Amino acid sequence: MSAVMNNETKKTLIDPLVNNNPITLQVLGICSALAVTSQMSTSLIMAVALTAVTACSSAAISSIRNHIPGSIRIIVQMTIIASLVIVVDQVLKAFVYDISKQLSVFVGLIITNCIVMGRAEAYAMKNSPMASFIDGIGNGLGYSLILVIVAFFRELFGSGKLLGIDVFTLTKDGGWYDPNGLMLLPPSAFFIIGIIIWVFRQWKPEQNEAADFKIMAISHGEGGHH
Amino acid sequence: MEEYISLFIKAVFIENLALAFFLGMCTFLAVSKKVSTAIGLGIAVMVVQVITVPVNNLIYHTLLKEDALSWMGITGVDLSFLALLSCIGMIAALVQILEMVLDKFFPALYHALGVFLPLITVNCAILGGSLFMIERDYDFTQSVVYGVGSGFGWMLAITVMAGVREKLKYSDIPKGLEGLGITFISAGLMSLGFMAFSGIQL
Repeated sequence: MSAVMNNETKKTLIDPLVNNNPITLQVLGICSALAVTSQMSTSLIMAVALTAVTACSSAAISSIRNHIPGSIRIIVQMTIIASLVIVVDQVLKAFVYDISKQLSVFVGLIITNCIVMGRAEAYAMKNSPMASFIDGIGNGLGYSLILVIVAFFRELFGSGKLLGIDVFTLTKDGGWYDPNGLMLLPPSAFFIIGIIIWVFRQWKPEQNEAADFKIMAISHGEGGHH
Repeated sequence: MEEYISLFIKAVFIENLALAFFLGMCTFLAVSKKVSTAIGLGIAVMVVQVITVPVNNLIYHTLLKEDALSWMGITGVDLSFLALLSCIGMIAALVQILEMVLDKFFPALYHALGVFLPLITVNCAILGGSLFMIERDYDFTQSVVYGVGSGFGWMLAITVMAGVREKLKYSDIPKGLEGLGITFISAGLMSLGFMAFSGIQL
């Protein structure tokens, strides 16, 4: 079975982590990435849920890809994805009810998460079920990576905790850390993802977008004497 | 009446789907490069939102909710777990019908909005609106108001964003931050602005 983990498979699995990350490069699935990241626990559950749905839906769609008529493929994919999401939603409600309440509509929104649809359309329709499954896991992990990084900073600086365990003792409990309330609010998620993209692109310059046009160097003239 | 106005204001500003709940972000970032296309997409989202939220509300309350089938003489049935599937199916079907109706009767409008309609099926703002409606247990009138308000709020956000991005082209931004990075950060600043409404009690 050594052929299972050959280079091709490894590439499918590892590539979406940094080189072709679904969030920072393909700009997919950002909605939930921002909304559930104020705590580590919710974002970990969300990451697992999304990875499971992407992997299973890719495998399922890929295994019937030769039988789906082209004109109605979107609705077929949607139905498969929606059914899987219902399963995940029910499982979460049964086993981690509190977190499922906090995630509220965002579990349901995995249906419209573009990563799932995107992988189904771009990869699963052309490849074998096993490869699609691994591709689903890879992309799910790429998404999870960003989610966990964002949640790490938001929870650590916003409430001084990680996974609910005190890391920085807060001033109100006699410690030294004064929590930054902004980190718990929506805007901080935008800032952190913006900065992650910046770091990724400094590190891998080939991910830079081609500029629409260049700004010419302006010779001194106006603006020099305010 | 007052209740509906306050729901509308809340849906547009305080609980803006794009900037407070991050819904529809993929299209929000992808289609906000030019103001004219952003307005087109915004209107399309609003139209679809105004139709789908009330329709989903009707379906949920007459078919899926716990004991909702009692008008047919069937009691003790709770189909609410099917809400996800029925919502997305409804949205996909309505968008398809809307596309055909526009193509047949309003060709001019179809040319303006047509390209955006397929994008809308997978726009989380639309599904999100319906799911929030179910979670908050809105009645029919409330769902109409919420549909209008949330759709309008999303349109407002994407239009403003496109305006900012049109100006942003002329600024000198560090290399790695160009494009997506700076767009995120400006969206964050806009979201901060919208948060200023959050203290308002109506």
